[in-house]
Amino acid sequence: MNKSNKQAGAGSSGTSRRERTIDIVNKRLEKRYRKEKRFRLYGMLSIIASVLFLAFLLTSIVSNGYSAFWQTYIKLDVQLDPDMIDKEDPGRSNYQGIIKQAIGAYYPEVKDRKERRELYSLFSSGAAFQLRDEVLKNPAVVGTTLSLWVLADDDVDMLMKGHIKRNVPENERRLNDKQLQWIAKLEAGKRIEERFNTTFFTAGDSREPELAGIWGAVKGSFYTMLVTLALSFPIGIAAAVYLEEFAPKNLATDFIEVNINNLAAVPSIVFGLLGLAVFLNFFGMPRSTPLVGGIVLMLMTLPTIIIASRAALKAVPPSIREAAFGVGSSKLQVVTSHVLPLALPGMLTGTIIGMAQALGETAPLLMIGMVAFIVDIPGGFTDPAAVMPVQIYLWADSPERAFVERTSAAIMVLLAFLISMNALAVVMRKRFERRW
Amino acid sequence: MQMTAEEKDTNKVAAPGGASREIFLPPERERVKDGGRPHVSAKNFSIFYGDFEAVKKVNADILSKYVTAIIGPSGCGKSTFLRAINRMNDLIPSCYTTGTLMFDGEDVYGRYTDEVQLRKKIGMVLQKPNPFPKSIFDNIAYGPRLHGVKDKKMLEEVVEKSLRKAALWDEVKDRLDRNALGLSGGQQQRLCVARTLAVEPEILLLDEPTSALDPKATAKIEDLIEELRGSYTILIVTHNMQQASRVSDYTMFYYEGDLVEYAPTKQLFTNPRDQVTEDYITGRFS
Repeated sequence: MNKSNKQAGAGSSGTSRRERTIDIVNKRLEKRYRKEKRFRLYGMLSIIASVLFLAFLLTSIVSNGYSAFWQTYIKLDVQLDPDMIDKEDPGRSNYQGIIKQAIGAYYPEVKDRKERRELYSLFSSGAAFQLRDEVLKNPAVVGTTLSLWVLADDDVDMLMKGHIKRNVPENERRLNDKQLQWIAKLEAGKRIEERFNTTFFTAGDSREPELAGIWGAVKGSFYTMLVTLALSFPIGIAAAVYLEEFAPKNLATDFIEVNINNLAAVPSIVFGLLGLAVFLNFFGMPRSTPLVGGIVLMLMTLPTIIIASRAALKAVPPSIREAAFGVGSSKLQVVTSHVLPLALPGMLTGTIIGMAQALGETAPLLMIGMVAFIVDIPGGFTDPAAVMPVQIYLWADSPERAFVERTSAAIMVLLAFLISMNALAVVMRKRFERRW
Repeated sequence: MQMTAEEKDTNKVAAPGGASREIFLPPERERVKDGGRPHVSAKNFSIFYGDFEAVKKVNADILSKYVTAIIGPSGCGKSTFLRAINRMNDLIPSCYTTGTLMFDGEDVYGRYTDEVQLRKKIGMVLQKPNPFPKSIFDNIAYGPRLHGVKDKKMLEEVVEKSLRKAALWDEVKDRLDRNALGLSGGQQQRLCVARTLAVEPEILLLDEPTSALDPKATAKIEDLIEELRGSYTILIVTHNMQQASRVSDYTMFYYEGDLVEYAPTKQLFTNPRDQVTEDYITGRFS
């Protein structure tokens, strides 16, 4: 800068010039504040938008699904004629016939074969099994008249819940006028009511909506997750610790690192193909089982766990390592007694993220046969099973109106499963953190 | 420790540049019993970070049971040299050394040297207090436990002894089970000293131990060093020249990787031989 110029400026208008610079600063300050305000507004808008979407999603799921937790039951007076019950093996008697008799007894006016069939269809085919269970549980009821609340058919259930309108033309609804009259008779006799749907939480899948439950899928998911966790947590953490703490930094480890990062982005169905080719075809492991499903999901989860665990290990302050080395720890001692405990909360978080991802995964399971229609509740790792997302997918695909609400209800159960898993992780993390 | 009478009388210290000069013990301090033999000796010892030579061909003997200060401007290689003695630089992948560094007649970087054993004998305290996030007791007992002491009573003894040596016992004896992170910065640093002493090292490396502390805590650490003088060989890296002149018997001055001058502290501060040393200690650059 020119020295004489500067002096002249300072001499003539030193104060006014300083005011002007402050003005400029003030003007810019206002602008800066405006900018910050705008930025905050954008942030708030995006959060509001996401909260709205979430709220919309939740309300739609809950409003669709809450009614699945109730189920219509019909009270039936069943006359248990001892002649109708098989003496040797009561379980093999014709309970279907007994139920039909009981229905006929309540509607003596219905004589026509076609009409009778229509009448029977108001009751669930599960009613006979209910009766059978009742007799097996307490053989003394044989010979008496048993007053039993049996499951109504899903169409009746839908009618009671208002999903089938009574005031539309007969050919536009699944129940005809006669059936509506019969239901009206039940209503008048206070023989029809909505009860808590225990079937939904205790049964496996079924073609009949009123008999279908989520329990089989819950157990399937539970076993699958157990396999995934048991394999991916130790393998993932061992890999992360080795790569981060012990492995020499060379081309080979660089290559492995790049590949792990890439694996995290591989479409999940590819893992399913791999599971099909390797575990089912090559090793001949049983199809549709939590064991194979768990292993496939483990492959998918591992990169997530390894990446998160490595980040957690990197975040352990070097001063702790130096301190431990300084008193003569070996490398393994440093890792096990200092680095690992400090990194564990982060590792757990990564594991939970990976597990949550695995819990909601369907694509890789398609390939190993876990989309099959499985009625039985799995009792172990090698029983055929469905998992919850697959169950949701199967129900969403079913045409019956009653499956719509069951789909939403299953989503709620899945979310509850997820939330409880996350809560467990938070609790565990807190506990580990407090120890330090 | 065995040593000849000759070694006791005149301590021949390899001076920078390889020219052996005799350095006499500082007259104003009493001579340390059994001290004064070369405990760590560097011969043409260089340290590299990749291509960068951080410490250049150092020749020096560090005398046992005396306090040696290492001074010099930032980035001159003083910390690097200190950390090379217990092979802390091994943690940096690109770091390697040439020449030899002997500790008690054993090559520190020799093929058969076990760095874990070495670090047990050469303890280190770093610039920032770094207690483990554990109880005070566990902090001190960690080292002995590591080396196989399991007996509870023996551990308690070691903890008390170490804390007493580090002048911390009276302050923490009632709260040994509290988390060490709850101590003040100065207490934490003394805890780190105690933790190092608990494994009974022969050499104590202090890497700017007071730069993160306030003057009061600094004074306590300096008192502690004075207390430990004569029992351990102490090397202290410091930015504070007053501190170097207060606590040390010998001083090394590093400049851009070169060991420019190594002399008894009094001599170095009052009558430096080298122009760069003089410029530095008179504050012409820092």
